[in-house]
Amino acid sequence: MANGDRTVLQFSTQSTANFSAEVHPLVIFNICDCYVRRPDQAERVIGTLLGSVLSDGTVDIRNSYAVPHTESADQVALDIEYHHNLLVSHQKVNPKEVIVGWYSTGLGVTGRSALIHDFYSREVPNPVHLTVDTGFRNGEGTIKAYVSVNLALGDRQLASQFQEIPLNLRMVEAELLGFDILKTTSVDKLPTDLEGMEVTMQRLLALIDDIYKYVDDVVEGRVAADNSIGRFISDTVAALPKLSPPAFDKLVNDSLQDQLLLLYLSSITRTQLALAEKLNTAAQIL
Amino acid sequence: MAASSTARSFLQVAATEEVVSPLRVVQIEGLAILKIIKHCKEFSPALVTGQLLGLDVGSVLEVTNCFPFPIREEDEEIEADGANYQLEMMRCLREVNVDNNTVGWYQSTILGSYQTVELIETFMNYQENIRRCVCIIYDPSRSNQGVLALKALKLSDSFMELYRTNNFTGEKLREKNLSWVDIFEEIPIKVSNSALISAFMTELESDTPVAQCDYDRLQLSSNPYMERNMEFLIECMDDLSMEQQKFQFYYRNLSRQQAQQQAWLQKRRSENMARKAAGEEPLPDEDPTNPIFKPIPEPSRLESFLITNQIANYCNQINGVAGQSFNRLYLMKSLHDN
Repeated sequence: MANGDRTVLQFSTQSTANFSAEVHPLVIFNICDCYVRRPDQAERVIGTLLGSVLSDGTVDIRNSYAVPHTESADQVALDIEYHHNLLVSHQKVNPKEVIVGWYSTGLGVTGRSALIHDFYSREVPNPVHLTVDTGFRNGEGTIKAYVSVNLALGDRQLASQFQEIPLNLRMVEAELLGFDILKTTSVDKLPTDLEGMEVTMQRLLALIDDIYKYVDDVVEGRVAADNSIGRFISDTVAALPKLSPPAFDKLVNDSLQDQLLLLYLSSITRTQLALAEKLNTAAQIL
Repeated sequence: MAASSTARSFLQVAATEEVVSPLRVVQIEGLAILKIIKHCKEFSPALVTGQLLGLDVGSVLEVTNCFPFPIREEDEEIEADGANYQLEMMRCLREVNVDNNTVGWYQSTILGSYQTVELIETFMNYQENIRRCVCIIYDPSRSNQGVLALKALKLSDSFMELYRTNNFTGEKLREKNLSWVDIFEEIPIKVSNSALISAFMTELESDTPVAQCDYDRLQLSSNPYMERNMEFLIECMDDLSMEQQKFQFYYRNLSRQQAQQQAWLQKRRSENMARKAAGEEPLPDEDPTNPIFKPIPEPSRLESFLITNQIANYCNQINGVAGQSFNRLYLMKSLHDN
């Protein structure tokens, strides 16, 4: 085929086909904290993302740190030495976390971001750019991830385009903590075991009530019956093991007795401790 | 003239010492908690430590950030490295306006077995430099049960004084009325978050009404956890009985020594009587060179106190888990009935 005058604009899409990113909640906390603490004259915060690249091409973003920078109309200066120092320090603790990209606060990608992205692509083959909109400009906090794709016209580099990649927010760790603690600006005391249990059971009760109401509605004809939901419900109810009442009672009672035994043992131990301590310190040499 | 009566002179103010208000609450930011959890979980079951940074304000100790320590090998040169690492981290964090004021350290633990002499020594080390420091203990194994096992500890003042003199005999302890519960003081924790974070979290909260922590809490199998707890408890009881034996040994030796002393004294006295009858100088009543007069050192009770604390901790944990299990079992029972 003649390579004469016609050149084709190439989009190299094969590398971004299955690229996606997963963000741990710690990263978002870090970014927000750095944003809140930024120096007065800076309007946005820039920092490095640390993590690892999983085997299926997903980028797992686990940690981050802010890098001081100065920005003017068309120039960006990044404190590279600081960036390297912190990287070395972080890697002393966790050598598996490497640079996977960089983040900046604020919506959208600007021209200056391309320069910074260039810098980071010298460190890592395909850096991910994360933007966290702390200004809530769209009425919600948007978090987006981009990778840059080079637009080439034949042999000439035209521009790099920031293509958005699917982002998965892993909130599992935050969930473990309980969103109640993280949502409000202050929590007076951490919930104890039993209080947490109570909250959980209340939630379960609410769920059961919802299902009950839904089934009632369907039976009365108020709501159209959805077969898949009905199947789910019947599956759930069928998941309870079919034990005869005496067998089930025995099971429950056995477990109860085990727990009681342990409680008794621990109470005995504590009494023993109190006694031992009294004996130890009360003994006098006459 | 009017000023001196109402305002104190500069000298007076400088002379009065600041009254240290007692520490009542530790206020941690959600960011610090997440970092601690992440670090401890990643390296579990190895035990890791890290530094806490924050501010000391009145009766509240605020922890705003933290950074982990690398796992240290037992090597001489790494000592200096560790200090360098710390300085480097603090310097870098200072540049991004993070409070780089050390307020304590955190460490992870397994099943609550953290009361060791090293903990106390670390506390004393920190106390020399910082007026108020706190130690946060995080237990990743308990957090699998759906509970956030985070504790803030501080050494009680009376214990610290006693430790400085390194005197743990029975009389001293009775004097100060110090028992094993008084060694560590647990301080309640408050969590605070910046408004921006809470806005984000409110939005990013998943819509499902049930979260992962609920799944963990409603899990029926707590047996492996209880088993490990019991194992630790039994080991500790063994240690405690060893300590008790040491005491018994000491007391037996002491009483035997006293009996020997009495016997020797009797002999001396009868000798003296004989000599007086013979008209010679009576020998002194005591003989400091005789080995039976050497005072036997009383073993320190510190170990037994720590072990006792440990055991109490395990018992508490067992109680907590047992309580949860009761709830779950009754719940299951009622569900099945319906």
